[in-house]
Amino acid sequence: MFDQDVKYLKFKTYINAYCPHCHNSFNVEKKEEKSIFFEAKYKKQDVDLKLSPYLDVFEIETSIPFEEGDTLDDLLCPKCNQSILNKEVTCGECGSDVGEVMISALSKLMPFYICTKYGCEWHGLTKADERKLKLKIPRQQMPEQDQKLRVSNYQEVPYGYTSELALLEAGRCLQCKKPKCVEGCPVNIDIPSFIALIADEKFDEAAKKIKERNILPSICGRVCPQEDQCEKQCIVGIKDEPVAIGRLERFVADYERKMDLVKAPVVKVDNGKNIAVVGSGPAGLTVAADMRQLGYGVTIFEALHETGGVLTYGIPEFRLPKSIVQFEINYLQSMGCRIETNHVIGPLLTLDELLENFDSIFIAVGAGLPVFMNIEGESLGNVFSANEYLTRMNLMKAYRFPEYDTPMPSGSKVAVIGGGNVAMDCARTAKRAGAEEVTIIYRRSRHELPARAEEVHHAEEEGIIFKLLNNPVRYIGTDSNKIKAIECIKMELGEPDASGRRRPVPIEGSNFVVECDLAIVAIGNGPNPILFQSSPNLKRNRWGYIEVNEETNETSIPNVYAGGDIVTGSATVILAMGAGRVAANAMHAKLSGTKKKTKKK
Amino acid sequence: MFEIVRKQEMAKGTIIRFDISAPKIAKKILPGQFIILRVNETGERIPLTVADKDSFAGIITIIFQVVGKTTALMRSLNTGDIIKDVVGPLGKAAEVEKTGTVVMVGGGTGVAILHHVAKAYHEAGNYVIGIIGAQNKDMLILENEMSNICDELIITTDDGSYGKQGFVTGPLKTYLSERYDIKLVYAIGPIIMMKNVTKLTKEFKIPTIVSLNPVMIDGTGMCGGCRVKVGNETNFACVDGPDFDGHQVDFDELENRNSIYLKDEKDSLLFSIR
Repeated sequence: MFDQDVKYLKFKTYINAYCPHCHNSFNVEKKEEKSIFFEAKYKKQDVDLKLSPYLDVFEIETSIPFEEGDTLDDLLCPKCNQSILNKEVTCGECGSDVGEVMISALSKLMPFYICTKYGCEWHGLTKADERKLKLKIPRQQMPEQDQKLRVSNYQEVPYGYTSELALLEAGRCLQCKKPKCVEGCPVNIDIPSFIALIADEKFDEAAKKIKERNILPSICGRVCPQEDQCEKQCIVGIKDEPVAIGRLERFVADYERKMDLVKAPVVKVDNGKNIAVVGSGPAGLTVAADMRQLGYGVTIFEALHETGGVLTYGIPEFRLPKSIVQFEINYLQSMGCRIETNHVIGPLLTLDELLENFDSIFIAVGAGLPVFMNIEGESLGNVFSANEYLTRMNLMKAYRFPEYDTPMPSGSKVAVIGGGNVAMDCARTAKRAGAEEVTIIYRRSRHELPARAEEVHHAEEEGIIFKLLNNPVRYIGTDSNKIKAIECIKMELGEPDASGRRRPVPIEGSNFVVECDLAIVAIGNGPNPILFQSSPNLKRNRWGYIEVNEETNETSIPNVYAGGDIVTGSATVILAMGAGRVAANAMHAKLSGTKKKTKKK
Repeated sequence: MFEIVRKQEMAKGTIIRFDISAPKIAKKILPGQFIILRVNETGERIPLTVADKDSFAGIITIIFQVVGKTTALMRSLNTGDIIKDVVGPLGKAAEVEKTGTVVMVGGGTGVAILHHVAKAYHEAGNYVIGIIGAQNKDMLILENEMSNICDELIITTDDGSYGKQGFVTGPLKTYLSERYDIKLVYAIGPIIMMKNVTKLTKEFKIPTIVSLNPVMIDGTGMCGGCRVKVGNETNFACVDGPDFDGHQVDFDELENRNSIYLKDEKDSLLFSIR
């Protein structure tokens, strides 16, 4: 139970010891000789004890000669004469009784235990008290771009931890024997291990430890909703703020990349079998990396002219720099993955045609179909789906128009309808694009906002207005059919619906009009139909998403697997990666041991 | 990397024809489908209908009018130059059946895609009446190609410099009034043309298919930029179209949405000239 290595009291520390009852100091200094002075009872006699106050010195002087192995009957404060033995605690070394003194450690009075057995070289804190010391270090703040500065640029907002901050934060981790954080992670990263490596200043090894389970730590460290996953389970978070696991993940991933320490992983010898991955987003990239490392030939088919999927077109530059996405894609290519852009699977090559040349297919096309409210005026000029807005801005770099040819949607009074991460991304992008006023219109309350806490926080800091418990009724246009205002209605929360969240109900007659010259509809996405038009035998559920076997992620077509948003509906990067991992494992299990497929040109 | 293997300038350089090497697309693309291309790294994605294809040679043919920055940029390219990204085939193929007598109506550069569709109807064994129109003689395209596949062909020009003077709706009305065996009208061209054609065919109760040309960005159903109102529904032209029931299409809304970026297009051209 006790630990001799008291990390936060370094060796050669001088202890100031006090009586737990009367707070009398046990420390005595006579002619430059420092000691801690007690009265004790030994074999029914009164004894004077002198101990060294230095933590690493176990010298003891007694007024009566002791024998090795003898234990004191009692230990007393010389001033108040009360016993300072604590019967509830025993020595971690020899099990004998211990005496308790109070010491001052990091500005807090802590109990410190001294073994009563003569010759036992032990004294220290209990594990629980050690924890109390650790909890003293607050969760390290993330250095960020100034709020006023950042609304006029597209550079990343959080700068990332320095190594000093990372070391401090890593020290907060309790290294739990049964780490709950690992359970909270959708791909079960060995969190305590990588944090221990950080604490040991082995940042490079920490990155490699993460990459055993997650090939995109520089992305996940930035976009995962850790507050709902690993950090939610963190024990430190019960009484204090949880360990900043996400920030530590980002720190080591960035370190590895900036210091040029990234090495392509060892890839097994080619086994002659080939996998087709449809979609180069997070789910597809995970399957590609996993299968490639196992020695399969991998070809990734991407419909757009650039890879990355939602990492490229969906998440803005200031949240996820595209240079990082490109770096990760290059990493995959260095492993030997083939990437074919401008290949729309379905029209260009059907799934059946792919099955002729590939042993397995993984479908990871995402939930790319925009959802509109189907209210009056939705086709007015300057009413966009979030997908169109973000695709123009992020993928086509319209924010650099006219240097880049795609026109930039512009407005000075922008309204974003929705409350998820996509809505936050749209709002913050619009602000940077020069809007005077950007408003989020969301039909439920703050508590129900699905966006990541950090994104909402950043949006508020950047001056984005939140109109909560409001919903649009119709869009109003100018004579030239461009939007000029939105008629909204106030909402109140009623009974919970199927998702468990309270259903928003309009308040009759509470309509009002807001000025608006650019509206972005960010209320969710559905399944893109393009792939299904040529594969009617691909079974889907009633919402149009692909049905898969829960354990293997295999679809109704043998050797065709699916994962990510096209199965679950819009979700997170890390969940997509988790699904990719499940499918890769299942694919590999099925394919190892089967005959090679002959390749056709 | 898609190479331009042949360039042809028409209509005094305002209409350009490219034959592009794109073997995989050429193998698959069907009449009515289109491609989206991006000339270079800073370029925008634009949809272009495919006028013809040669599966064996791996070539697709596009014909476009120079109307803005990207098309102007494309005009400056020559045989041997590379177009960075070409993606296709996009959109649903035209539903071509043997149905009897059909009228193919095309205006301006719409004749390019009309040709590909008309060819299919012809090969399916239909009696094809073609009506193609242009502003003037110089702007007329694919006359020879159309006369090869049409059983009857009428040409109109707005200014009368060639063929009949007037709009395509003139000859169309004549045919609709004089023949009772017309099963289908397929129309593609400027929005105003398609609007007027469908108004006419509605009177005569002839099923009409139009091929729409909204602004597009990704072309794969992802962004909704190409949304069009068809009847009570909102459809995406890139995955549900580009062919739609002409009598149900809201042409006014389409016209309106297509004019949103006119100022930006001008700015973009000016920027590139500077």
